[in-house]
Amino acid sequence: MEPHYQHLYDILAHSQGYIFPNEIDLQWGILIVVYPFITGLVAGAFILASLERVFKVKILKPTYQIALLTALSFLLVATMPLISHLSQPQRAYEIMITPHSSSAMAIFGFVYLWYLMVVLLLEIWFDYRHSMVVWANEKSGIMRWVYKILTLGVNDISPRTVKWDRKLGYIITVVGIPSAFILHGYVGFIFGSIKANPWWSTPLMPIIFLFSAMVSGISLVLLVYMIISYFRKQIIDLNVLDSIGKYLFFVLILDFTLEGLDQIQRIYEAGESFEILKLLVSSKLYLTLFVSQGLIGTIIPLVTLAFLQFYKHQIKVRKTMYFIIGILVLIGVYSMRWNVVIGGQLFSKSFAGFTSFKVGLIGLDGTLMAIFWLILPIGILAFLLWLLPPWKMVKEED
Amino acid sequence: MKFYVPPQIPRLALAFGLFITLFLVLRHFLVPDTFGKYGHYRAASLIDNTLPEIHYAGQQACFVCHQDIEDKKAQDVHSDIHCETCHGPGEKHVVNSKVEKILKPTGREFCGSCHALNAAKLKSAIFQIDLYKHNIGKNCIECHNPHQPWEMKK
Ligand code: HEC
Ligand code: HEC
Ligand code: HEC
Ligand code: HEC
Repeated sequence: MEPHYQHLYDILAHSQGYIFPNEIDLQWGILIVVYPFITGLVAGAFILASLERVFKVKILKPTYQIALLTALSFLLVATMPLISHLSQPQRAYEIMITPHSSSAMAIFGFVYLWYLMVVLLLEIWFDYRHSMVVWANEKSGIMRWVYKILTLGVNDISPRTVKWDRKLGYIITVVGIPSAFILHGYVGFIFGSIKANPWWSTPLMPIIFLFSAMVSGISLVLLVYMIISYFRKQIIDLNVLDSIGKYLFFVLILDFTLEGLDQIQRIYEAGESFEILKLLVSSKLYLTLFVSQGLIGTIIPLVTLAFLQFYKHQIKVRKTMYFIIGILVLIGVYSMRWNVVIGGQLFSKSFAGFTSFKVGLIGLDGTLMAIFWLILPIGILAFLLWLLPPWKMVKEED
Repeated sequence: MKFYVPPQIPRLALAFGLFITLFLVLRHFLVPDTFGKYGHYRAASLIDNTLPEIHYAGQQACFVCHQDIEDKKAQDVHSDIHCETCHGPGEKHVVNSKVEKILKPTGREFCGSCHALNAAKLKSAIFQIDLYKHNIGKNCIECHNPHQPWEMKK
């Protein structure tokens, strides 16, 4: 057989039914799964921190800086999966220098920049400025200069100025909450506004993405808090876990309800795409949707969290349970991203066929790359915790 | 009472001012010269797009030398199928027909890529035969003329 037809026959062997030629290969692979997962972690972690600050939840204080630094480390990496997925990554900056107002992706570049520069960096700066000035005076050599530069030369630590740090930081937090909502709502918006795809196109999409973002961000902060305490040989404060757990419980219920509503609506509406979507979820997405996202990522954590609201004995058991819940929820949210991104490309727009997706291991958009982008933020977080240790900060009276 | 400005504000304003200026300066150098000449794109990209090698000549180009085949094809069911759909890209052959050979598909699978039985295709949209039943052991073109399928060779 001619090589050309050989290739066609090979790929067609992986598809079923009738599909259009441009649907054989998936355009958005595993990196586009990782991308909303990471931005979700950012938005979620930040929202948890803001809750503490705006509603003055004293118990959550030990997690405040951790949550902010976690958000920053993941935000710094957030765009990387997108960029490495491009076939011309060196052109990525062009979207920022010649943005078009009708391009949702271009506008997002600015949402991202706003969130990074005006919200996260500023909030962290105001929070740490006092401590950084003190550290700069304590340290010598190069670290002294690093802290000096980080303070931008504002060395005034009179009570009046420090009070302004807190006032301005508070304003930023208040501005930051809607910003975090927009940051992640946008990711859902990109999918939700794709008219031609019935698996994506729903106005609920931004909201669903937002709530699952909060779920994942809260779990991540829970895990990071436990791991940091472990490495610092500090006793994990159960009250902290309990109150994070309570937030997680409520947000998870909301998230579950919203996603449920979306599906029920779809089932009841039973539009022309329903048959193919039914086939999709019962075959190609069965494991990732019902088992991984539904059972492991939602039902089991929900039941366990509900149980933990009453069960107050056996401290060790409870801590272990929280840890496991954190991991399960992260797996669940990752699966949710997978189901949306990959699931939406598996069925044909003819509604009469399926293609299949095989994840590559190597290459710029392979699995190893995805794992790299998921591990890098953890390295950045470790560095930030070393540079700006929350436990060495100057104590301030309220 | 003097109006108090916390020292953070002017310093941050300076930092942001520098950042924005840097962005604008970079932007000035990075935006391609011809950007926006005709619309929201780089006008020179139009020229770039004419540069890639051309692979397909279009079937009008074939008629110059192969009018005989076109005359046959035009009479029969394959009249709507362009030469290069079956023979592959032909630009090189058109330019230098003596040296550059063009694809001449022969196998049963080749005709099967359009005609093989496929439950997802409408019978009325394309005639289908079962590759594993229809005159097996022989090549399609031993009986059908590819350019004029109903002009049977035997
Ligand atoms: C300039 C005249 C010219 C044009 C234009 C031309 N051909 Fe040809 N073609 C020839 C000649 C001459 C031969 C015979 C070459 C040989 O026998 O080696 C030939 C041979 C062929 C063959 C048989 C090759 C073989 O291996 O037996 C095919 C098929 C063919 N042409 C297809 C096309 C198609 C399709 C086009 C349009 C894209 C085209 N030709 C355009 C001159 C032309
Ligand atoms: C349905 C597919 C198909 C289309 C459309 C088609 N060809 Fe062919 N062509 C073939 C096949 C198959 C052969 C090989 C026939 C053989 O080897 O007996 C062939 C052979 C040829 C030959 C070799 C000489 C011959 O008659 O066997 C030439 C020249 C040729 N085609 C030119 C053309 C031109 C010019 C067009 C467009 C007007 C065209 N073909 C359209 C399938 C096609
Ligand atoms: C690019 C797709 C394509 C390829 C390749 C192709 N055909 Fe066809 N063939 C068609 C289409 C389309 C029709 C029907 C045209 C119509 O409906 O007007 C057709 C019609 C026919 C018919 C008439 C069927 C009838 O019931 O009237 C025969 C016979 C036929 N092709 C034989 C062949 C053979 C033999 C080959 C291989 C040399 C071949 N075809 C390759 C697309 C193709
Ligand atoms: C032995 C000679 C012979 C061979 C080889 C042969 N055919 Fe046929 N083909 C015929 C005859 C005769 C008819 C008309 C009677 C019939 O339908 O069987 C026909 C009919 C057809 C039809 C129309 C069917 C319909 O329902 O109208 C198509 C399409 C077709 N052939 C394609 C092919 C393809 C593709 C191949 C190669 C895989 C092929 N033929 C091989 C002799 C042949």
